[in-house]
Amino acid sequence: MTDPSVYGTPAPPGGDPPILEVSHVSKTLGGRLILDDVSLSLWKGQLKVLIGPSGGGKSTLLKCIHFLTIPDGGDVFLQGQSAREMGQRNICAFRQEIGMIFQDFNLFDHLTARENVAIALRKVKRVPRDKARARAMEELDKVGLADKADLYPAQLSGGQKQRVSIARAMAMEPKLMLLDEPTSALDPQLISEVLSVIADLARGGMTMLMVTHQIGFARHLTSEIIFMEDGRVVEQGPPGVLLDEGAASRTSFFCSHLTELTGR
Amino acid sequence: MPDSSLIEAAIYIVKGTGLTVALIVGAMLLGLVVGLPMAAVQVYGPRWGRFLVSVYVWFFRGIPILVLLFIFYFGLRIIVENLLASALGHRVTIPPFAATVTTLGLTSAAYQSQFFKGAILSLHPGQYQAALSLGFSRTAALTGVILPQALRVAIPAWANEYSILLKDSALAYVLGTLEIMARIKHMVATTHQHVPFYILAGAIYYALTFLGLRALGRLERRTRIPGLGQDADLEAKPND
Repeated sequence: MTDPSVYGTPAPPGGDPPILEVSHVSKTLGGRLILDDVSLSLWKGQLKVLIGPSGGGKSTLLKCIHFLTIPDGGDVFLQGQSAREMGQRNICAFRQEIGMIFQDFNLFDHLTARENVAIALRKVKRVPRDKARARAMEELDKVGLADKADLYPAQLSGGQKQRVSIARAMAMEPKLMLLDEPTSALDPQLISEVLSVIADLARGGMTMLMVTHQIGFARHLTSEIIFMEDGRVVEQGPPGVLLDEGAASRTSFFCSHLTELTGR
Repeated sequence: MPDSSLIEAAIYIVKGTGLTVALIVGAMLLGLVVGLPMAAVQVYGPRWGRFLVSVYVWFFRGIPILVLLFIFYFGLRIIVENLLASALGHRVTIPPFAATVTTLGLTSAAYQSQFFKGAILSLHPGQYQAALSLGFSRTAALTGVILPQALRVAIPAWANEYSILLKDSALAYVLGTLEIMARIKHMVATTHQHVPFYILAGAIYYALTFLGLRALGRLERRTRIPGLGQDADLEAKPND
């Protein structure tokens, strides 16, 4: 995090269609409007950060992008392909293209780290067992956990679990990663190991949409911050513009309070 | 008609014990095969599916097993036999054993569906979501991720079901299934030694319960997920 230039993400190249396009998505859950006409786009290699108060619809938005939660209105396009037109059968293929990292890891408790990474290769991509194992080891090695391959999730620390879950998602070679507060369930001393893996992904050109409250990290890494509140995108723009001292933005007000609370 | 000699009597009872074991193994497997999908429907299925399963469960939970045995043997068995006869063109007799396994198995399915449902619900919902997010179909998520964990959780309840089913199986003698109880009653009738033979029956059931529970306990330990004990479980979720 000392050399910001390393983490710079390219600006959208003119003319190219976005990898991800969220178009006028809305969702009501339990009678409450959670997402209200949300639209955003992500181009290849971009990392955008989604911030905002809890209950603002950030997690629901990620689930809607993945169609784990079906939006009531609007649609999601991955490389121009409409999720809504995929139907129940093909939606699995759609989801396979999008990696998801959860706040509480959601590793499969009954499988070792290696099997966690290999299982989707085998059951979804039909990769033979040996190849899937080898591929899993490669991915675990990238997140620095090759030596923990035979441990079960309950034997790993939170930071290690999250790194395994990143390896698991990356093994599927997704076009896009969604990260839902990947560090907020971690003890402070474990956060940096996960953030550095995420920084590696960004450096490698992975397209990512990340919900986080790690503002310091985010501002170095991202080209654009999206601020959500009450189910709406309130502001979006480069961190320099939204977060600069004196910027009269809703985002900078929110983040200054975050800094007070966490001391970061 | 068994000889009154001791060895022949012992063989006669041991055969009945074997039949009882076959009866409960068959019933538990039938209960598993029918109960597990019902549990999945109750957790993940559509509203009408959940309704059908709950009707099934209430039917079997609400009627004594003895009544069910009679209903199946004198009612359903005849209907199935007639259907088979018209389909195959010749008379088919369903033995009491098959009728008993079916009755006990379908009853057990009602109970098994309930504790499998509980086992599935005890898992973190993120397990299912994570599987879907990796591109698993709903069926693949269920068979590859949810059931391997839910089955482990369900082993103690399964052990409980085993001991209940074992004792329920004693009722099978009313249909003429030659299991332990039927043979003990026969011995009693021929020897007029009531108490010793009923104590013997009790001892056999006790031994079967003991051995079965031990085997399932061993299965539980062998399939235990490393690190996931009670203490480790608390450690693993400090942030929940």
